Amino acid sequence: MIRVSGLRKSFGKNEILKGIDTEIKKGEVVVVIGPSGSGKSTFLRCLNRLEEPTGGQIWFEEQQLTGKQSDLNRIRQRMGMVFQQFNLFPHMSVMDNLTLAPRKLKNQSKGAAEKIAMELLKSVGLEDKASAYPDSLSGGQKQRIAIARALAMEPAMILFDEPTSALDPEMVGEVLDVMKRLAKNGMTMVIVTHEMGFAREVGDRLIFMDGGVIVEEGDPRAIFENPQHSRTKDFLSKVL
Amino acid sequence: MSLDFTFMAKYWEMFLQGAWVTLQLSFFGVLLGTVFGIFLALMKISKVWVFRALSSTYIEIIRGTPMLVQVFIIYFGLVPFGLELTKFEAGIAALTINSAAYMAEVFRAGINAIDKGQAEAARSLGMSHGMTLRHIILPQAFRNMLPAIGNEFIIIVKDSSLVSTIGAAEIMYTARTVQGAAFKPLEPLLVAAAMYFVLTFTLSKLLSALERRLQKR
Repeated sequence: MIRVSGLRKSFGKNEILKGIDTEIKKGEVVVVIGPSGSGKSTFLRCLNRLEEPTGGQIWFEEQQLTGKQSDLNRIRQRMGMVFQQFNLFPHMSVMDNLTLAPRKLKNQSKGAAEKIAMELLKSVGLEDKASAYPDSLSGGQKQRIAIARALAMEPAMILFDEPTSALDPEMVGEVLDVMKRLAKNGMTMVIVTHEMGFAREVGDRLIFMDGGVIVEEGDPRAIFENPQHSRTKDFLSKVL
Repeated sequence: MSLDFTFMAKYWEMFLQGAWVTLQLSFFGVLLGTVFGIFLALMKISKVWVFRALSSTYIEIIRGTPMLVQVFIIYFGLVPFGLELTKFEAGIAALTINSAAYMAEVFRAGINAIDKGQAEAARSLGMSHGMTLRHIILPQAFRNMLPAIGNEFIIIVKDSSLVSTIGAAEIMYTARTVQGAAFKPLEPLLVAAAMYFVLTFTLSKLLSALERRLQKR
């Protein structure tokens, strides 16, 4: 579904990504972990070019994503993103947050878009919040809405950038539950997270990043139980 | 000394006409100034350096020179170049050119104040730069900027009095005329002051009502 080769990213003289090669298959749930500053969020943000890569190539559904002539807006419609800070649109109701993009970009009628949105709200357990504004929601509710907003575009894949890091501990579970359900239903997901238990349980594949490179990748359970690389061992010993 | 407003019996219609001219000058000044102001602000935050440079230069020059000089340049100074504007047109042009520079700064600050995550979320859904500005950034920025915009509107109404110097028959010009005609040094000016106040006060009330409505949503 997405193929990355030789991906590099520098901010000024500071090289954050030093050549990333990987491939993510349809339906795969890839969990990216690593110490802060390892480049894992930058890697994720390069996948939909919210960060402009300095080098390397990315293909998504056989289309080249890097390069000037690629239709980025069209590609992004197929690749949702969920942010650490939720980034709901505060001047719109929950319903409008969900329906704006489908109506404007996919020419869905108001009625059709709202019907889909209502289904999605139901699936994240927030159908009673359709007319609420983001200000009145808890962090966990906001993030569930943000996931529903990404789903409303019916993407082929969703990127999650530390989706539970800004949440109070008691709200982490409700968001992870929604993500688990997505994973079970076959959504292709790339998740940058600090939730090791979740990574082990839900991930089909784990990527451990440090210093701008992929240090180790493979089956999450195998890596958690028997890390091959000393840096992986070192990191896991600190967080587990 | 007592105030004598009996001249108003004769001149009230003139004042009313003056108020109408002031209102039109202000209206077009505000409207066109806002449009050009948004345009300048978007240029100033553009990725293209030529746009940024043009916009910055414009803003610095207009903010750094007196509006009175600008009014004279537009009305008298451009005649040799074949641009002969009426007093009214020159007045609107000067107000627009001037207020656009200030509005641009208000808009730029308002747009920059919106969290970067808002644009990122919109772009990640596949919205274009223009759609993101229109549906996500500008509506939020506008709400934050409303007090500053209101300020600017009021300044435009008051600055329109400078157009009296080229003979556009707005409130201030009328007051000066009546001063001479009725041999009253003070009273016509008080009438003018009162009229400006009514205009700006009404404007200010309208804007705070709008602000309340947006706040309530």
